Amino acid sequence: MANSLKLTLKRPSLWGFTAPLTAALSGVFGYIAGTSFGNPLLGIVAGAVIGAVLAAVLHPMPEKRMMARLGVVALFFAVGLFATNLGGGIAAAIVGAVLSWFVFWIDTGDYRKGVPIYYTRAQTLWHNSFLFLCGLIFFFLIAPLFPVMWLSFNAQNFFTFTPEMLAFDPDGYSLKHYRDFLTTDEWMQPLKNSLIIAPIATVISVTLGTLAAIGLSQSHVPGRQTIMAILISPMIVPLIISATGMFFFYAPLGNWLELSLGLNKAFVGYVKVILAHAVLGVPFVIITVTATLVGFDRSLTRAAANMGANPVTTFFRVQMPLILPGVISGGLFAFITSFDEVVVVLFVGSAQQQTLPWQMFTGLREQISPTILAAATILVTISILLLTTVELLRRRSERLRGLSPS
Amino acid sequence: MTDTTTSGPMLSADGVPLKTSLARALRRQKLRALILIAPLLAFVVLTFVVPIGSMLFRSVENQIVSGTLPKTIEALETWEGQDGTLPDQEVFQALFFDMFRAAEAKEHTKLGSRLNYERTGFSSVFRTTGRSLDDIGEPFQDWLEDADPAFAEGLTWYEIFSGTGGEDLIEERRAIWANMVGEGFAGDIGFTLSGEMAQLLPQTAAAYSDWAIYTAIVEDDVVAEEDPWEAVYAALALDLARDGAASALAAYSGAGAAPIANALAALPSLPEIDFRAAFIAENDGWGDTGNWQTLKIYSPDYTAGYFLNAIDMEKGLDGATARPESQQIYVKLFIRTMIMSLIITGSCILLGYPVAWLLANLPVRSANVLMILVLLPFWTSLLVRTSAWKVLLQQQGVINDILVWLGFVDDANRLILMNNSTGTIIAMTHILLPFMILPLYSVMKTIPPSYLRAAKSLGATNWTAFWRVYFPQSIPGIGAGSILVFILAIGYYITPEIVGGTDGVFISNRIAHHISSSLNWGLAAALGSILLVLVLALYWLYDRIVGIDNVKLGG
Repeated sequence: MANSLKLTLKRPSLWGFTAPLTAALSGVFGYIAGTSFGNPLLGIVAGAVIGAVLAAVLHPMPEKRMMARLGVVALFFAVGLFATNLGGGIAAAIVGAVLSWFVFWIDTGDYRKGVPIYYTRAQTLWHNSFLFLCGLIFFFLIAPLFPVMWLSFNAQNFFTFTPEMLAFDPDGYSLKHYRDFLTTDEWMQPLKNSLIIAPIATVISVTLGTLAAIGLSQSHVPGRQTIMAILISPMIVPLIISATGMFFFYAPLGNWLELSLGLNKAFVGYVKVILAHAVLGVPFVIITVTATLVGFDRSLTRAAANMGANPVTTFFRVQMPLILPGVISGGLFAFITSFDEVVVVLFVGSAQQQTLPWQMFTGLREQISPTILAAATILVTISILLLTTVELLRRRSERLRGLSPS
Repeated sequence: MTDTTTSGPMLSADGVPLKTSLARALRRQKLRALILIAPLLAFVVLTFVVPIGSMLFRSVENQIVSGTLPKTIEALETWEGQDGTLPDQEVFQALFFDMFRAAEAKEHTKLGSRLNYERTGFSSVFRTTGRSLDDIGEPFQDWLEDADPAFAEGLTWYEIFSGTGGEDLIEERRAIWANMVGEGFAGDIGFTLSGEMAQLLPQTAAAYSDWAIYTAIVEDDVVAEEDPWEAVYAALALDLARDGAASALAAYSGAGAAPIANALAALPSLPEIDFRAAFIAENDGWGDTGNWQTLKIYSPDYTAGYFLNAIDMEKGLDGATARPESQQIYVKLFIRTMIMSLIITGSCILLGYPVAWLLANLPVRSANVLMILVLLPFWTSLLVRTSAWKVLLQQQGVINDILVWLGFVDDANRLILMNNSTGTIIAMTHILLPFMILPLYSVMKTIPPSYLRAAKSLGATNWTAFWRVYFPQSIPGIGAGSILVFILAIGYYITPEIVGGTDGVFISNRIAHHISSSLNWGLAAALGSILLVLVLALYWLYDRIVGIDNVKLGG
């Protein structure tokens, strides 16, 4: 709205507004820097002065904003590098980037861009504080993952940052935890197990789940509510209860399979875990496929039947391609459920079926090696890949169904 | 078309009344839907619902006591036990034979540990007694072998008891074995019991059959070639010493009549039969009426005892009573689980609401980008996020390091953020936050922004407009998210186990402890059943408020 009115915002005064605010923010950074040199008070004062000077210097050049910011970042980096080490340089460069952005944000009146023109100062302040608060919450959501990834390159066997790491000294970094992960049986066997169990469990839950979802989406299903409740229940019942129940039921079942049918013990172990994981994945498949089927145009199947296709052909040539995105994302959910599951496998499986999460859980409980962090980083990478796939599929599905393209 | 008569029911193209035809089509449609659903339904019922049912069954099942000591429990029925007297000799006699059988099959220690959950000390009572049962039987063996050395030969025994007509007794003993150990007691044992002996020497026949079944099926030996247990000797001594046994046996002239006659003649030198004294001598736990009361209380096949334990009560002869204060843990733990789940739900609302509001009010493109920040943790392995919090929260961890470096915290008293409830609450809020944001977001998307503008143009302040107009419309989202987060939180196991220490654990950790460490599976099942009921109640509530069909994943 503010844009459509084409009003130019009045620039706030330099010494009455921009400089004091920048000095305050800069003072906070100064305090942090000062603490690391052992003199917080001096840090605050120096920071405030630097902030005020920066505001004054940048004030006349709002047109050359990019150049000016690059200059500030380079200057801060050089000072930081000279005063401490590479780590200090990078930290200083970040501070420089934030400060110079802040100066222009305040100084050019950009901070009022998100609010209607009639907002008072207090309302604008509240709006921006709210955005800052949301930023903090996003930080809380995402930040905990970074130390793990960073520490996984630690050259020491610690769970904490070493001074070398903070200085970005190449000696402080190594890939040895990744080497450990990729070369020892202790980790490769669980990975192998996870890669055996999760795909098979996924195939079972996707096959049965898709069929059932199609059945459930028909218009006349007796006892639909009850059936749905039963099929969704593995997701709702806490894992610890499912695991306890399965522990009581699968142990005698396994013994029976071994004794009566003479099956191999390891094989029976895998069967038990796979069945347990497959049933845990079912609700996710049901939910996603049902959601896709809501937008499915029934006249398409009728048209296919009209033209002489039998139900099987109709399913594979007409229905399946259209609901495929839902099926695949349901499958990915089922896969991640199994791949990430530890409680049930802990109760139902034996040491032979130890999966990756199980190994991580044991490692975390007994605090053995930082190889866990390498494993965690690899898992984060996998989940980023899965998330991207699901997002792309979801958009594709929305496009296919003619919903709002985004 | 024109030749269709106007009277009579409307017909479809093939001449069938339209109504029937439609009904048939509908039926076929229903059937097809059910055929599509049936495989999955059967799969879920078999692999999930039945296991849950087996857990519920486990929480009341108590067949181990009557399975291991069947005759003792029978004999104990007449014993009242309130007045502090011990059970009479008959009970101890039955106990001797039951225990002997259980000890040979190594089942007595299982019963010992089962009863130990109800009364400490039982485990050692059963273990030590199991080792010394031979000693109790030995005097009788010596006596019989002194009376006639033929009793030292396994073959003598085999000849005496071989015959026909005792099949019923053999089957009865087989059933007792199967009850105690499990399946696998069918099949030929290379021995058939004489019906005459089953009448003349009932106890011995029973003990000998027990031994024969064990020898043939468990040990895989030939019955005729092995020497029987001491218990069989003791049984024979008991049978011979019974009133009227001598006169009944006088007419016996089958195999082994001579050794039996010799034994009858030696009766005056038979050592005194006092099983009660013998048991108490082996372990004075048997002289403790409290132990016998516990045994009697837990003798039925099904018991509410596990549930009573799960709510800090105990079962006595006169009904349930509360446990002493110092032993009450589960109710407290349930309450703590609830309170901590509530705190976690509350913090998720506090943190999730602003973010969901922002996402719902931003242009779609930027909202989608920010949504990734919510979905990434959601997709990241639970173990990864838990390990991340372990790295952050420990005393030498990242957060404490930063606080010390900034001088907010003294190096000597670093904050204890982990291994207590703080750690559990922080980590679980982070882990469950996406489950709050996603339902809130989907509800807020449907609230038209014009309502807020309308309220403001009518003179409402920002706060009034939000509180009176926007917030009430977002309550369904809060409800859905809260129930979801609460249900998930209440049954969490992994995160409390790793960052919770002892103060921050949930009821689920206790269940896992009973499954894997203390092996008190019945109690674990009872705790699980109570938790299940709680969750199902919440699930029902969720269904009423949100509807199970409206669960959405990933926006």
